[in-house]
Amino acid sequence: MSSVTSETFKAGDTPLPGLKQFGLIAAALGVVLTGAGFMMAGEQGAERFFQAYLVAYTFWTGVALGCLALLMVQHLTGGAWGIVLRRPFEAAVRTIPFMAVLFLPIALGMHHLYEWTHDSALTDPVLMQKAAYLNTPFFLVRQVIYFAIWSALGYLLTSWSAEHDRTGDPKLVDKMASLSGAGLVLYFLTITFAMVDWTMSVNPHWFSTIWGMLYIGGQGLSAFAFGIMVLVMLSQTAPLNKVLSTHHFHDLGKFLFAFLMLWAYLSFSQLLIIWAANLPEEIPHYIVRWETSWRYLSAFIIIGHFIVPYALLLSRDLKKNAGKLKVIAIWIIFARIADYYWHVAPEFHKEGLSLSLLDVALPLALGGIFISLFVSQLAGRSLLPVNDAGLEKALTHHVH
Amino acid sequence: MHTNESTTSLHGVMAEFDSAQEIVDAARQTMAQGFTKVEAYSPVPIEELNDIIHKTRTILPKLVLTGGITGMASGFALQFWASTMAYPMNIGGRPQASWLTFIIPSYELTILFAALTAVVGMIVLSGLPQPYHPVFNVDRFSMASSDKFFLVVESADPKFDQQATTEFLRSTGAKGVYDVDE
Repeated sequence: MSSVTSETFKAGDTPLPGLKQFGLIAAALGVVLTGAGFMMAGEQGAERFFQAYLVAYTFWTGVALGCLALLMVQHLTGGAWGIVLRRPFEAAVRTIPFMAVLFLPIALGMHHLYEWTHDSALTDPVLMQKAAYLNTPFFLVRQVIYFAIWSALGYLLTSWSAEHDRTGDPKLVDKMASLSGAGLVLYFLTITFAMVDWTMSVNPHWFSTIWGMLYIGGQGLSAFAFGIMVLVMLSQTAPLNKVLSTHHFHDLGKFLFAFLMLWAYLSFSQLLIIWAANLPEEIPHYIVRWETSWRYLSAFIIIGHFIVPYALLLSRDLKKNAGKLKVIAIWIIFARIADYYWHVAPEFHKEGLSLSLLDVALPLALGGIFISLFVSQLAGRSLLPVNDAGLEKALTHHVH
Repeated sequence: MHTNESTTSLHGVMAEFDSAQEIVDAARQTMAQGFTKVEAYSPVPIEELNDIIHKTRTILPKLVLTGGITGMASGFALQFWASTMAYPMNIGGRPQASWLTFIIPSYELTILFAALTAVVGMIVLSGLPQPYHPVFNVDRFSMASSDKFFLVVESADPKFDQQATTEFLRSTGAKGVYDVDE
């Protein structure tokens, strides 16, 4: 493996042409359906658009942010799993500045999404107490800070990594590791605040102190599901078909399994604590989701987001089978979107289940845009970090 | 090399190799010959080697799953029995069968039973403890815990023939081939 150069694993100008095409079609179809859904929703069009947009945006940006976190974890811990996923993670991270632009509709639709922007909040005794944090100017300033931090971390890590491909300078490895240490602390803080802003504050009377962690674990799960899907697709053609083996997918399958359990653990922790305390300011969150027709979605989340993938991922044969693992990963991506929908939509439709075409169209549209951006970012660079000290071991790690 | 079958019976024939790659190659050739009772001894774990020589799956994963499910069921049943029948108490007005609160201890017992089944099952299925094993009758075998790799074709194998098997193992590049007395 001593003759490895960046040319060996060059992605070419159009890696994953099928996925790119899928992304563009999904984006176009999603936009058309969004238009149709907007018309069909009539008077409620604007409200329903912003609600669906928030869910779709939180999920797809969350994939990129999860990739950022896992990239930083990998710079600190090393390991074969991360070396083969590094370039897909980096490509996802480089979409963050574009995703920042896509935040604009949320900023414009704040009045539709956030009760605390209404005049009534000025006289609401609870919201008056929270006004120092939940007010429009500070909200917007915070968003600028979050995206500045995420984009800067992503920019530095990916450009140092590209430079390391060219020069092999070992100082860059130390720089990436040092930044990742501080970066992970910043990631945990910013995600906690950002998710309180984006999704928890749609009901400003309610709170959960585990909310940030729930999203951090969820983003890790989303990022692994997305990363596995992409890596399986990359493993089918040159140059990665020669180096990716069942061992890599077995490892990644174990990670997917672990993050699925982490997500379930955090979600259950929130439920158990709120259910056991049964306090009037906390319990409405679950009353809406279980005592109305939302319970069907709740049951679907428990079964489809946890029990079924958990039972399947117990199997070692499945984790070693790239094709089957990809199916599970794509299923988890769908379940993740349903989970975020479950976080947001019941707050606006407390009477019960209320699905509109927009709730399907916008995840499709933003997903298509994200995937197209991702594939473009993957092009041009080597698909493996060719100067990484652990690369040879990562590619042959089954022979000890 | 001595052959005195008249006095002692034979456990098998042992081949010595210098490297992991050599024993992996030899094991492949041996399995390709149709031998089934083959065992390898190595100073370091070689995951590939295990996949080559042990074609049949161990039942341990199924035992562990059964252990886990048993742990979950018994943990849940214990709590259900304790809080609804043996010692029912009104705790904050919550239902006596508050199954949500039963989940954590049930989960812990799932892990406990599964882990214990894994450890005990691994020991039992490996045939441990085993105070005597014929491979130690070969002096060179002490090197298996430092830097040599050994492949044994056991005499219980239907294709085993002392002369032919010895010659075959030599042909795989073994550094030495020894008879293993029972």
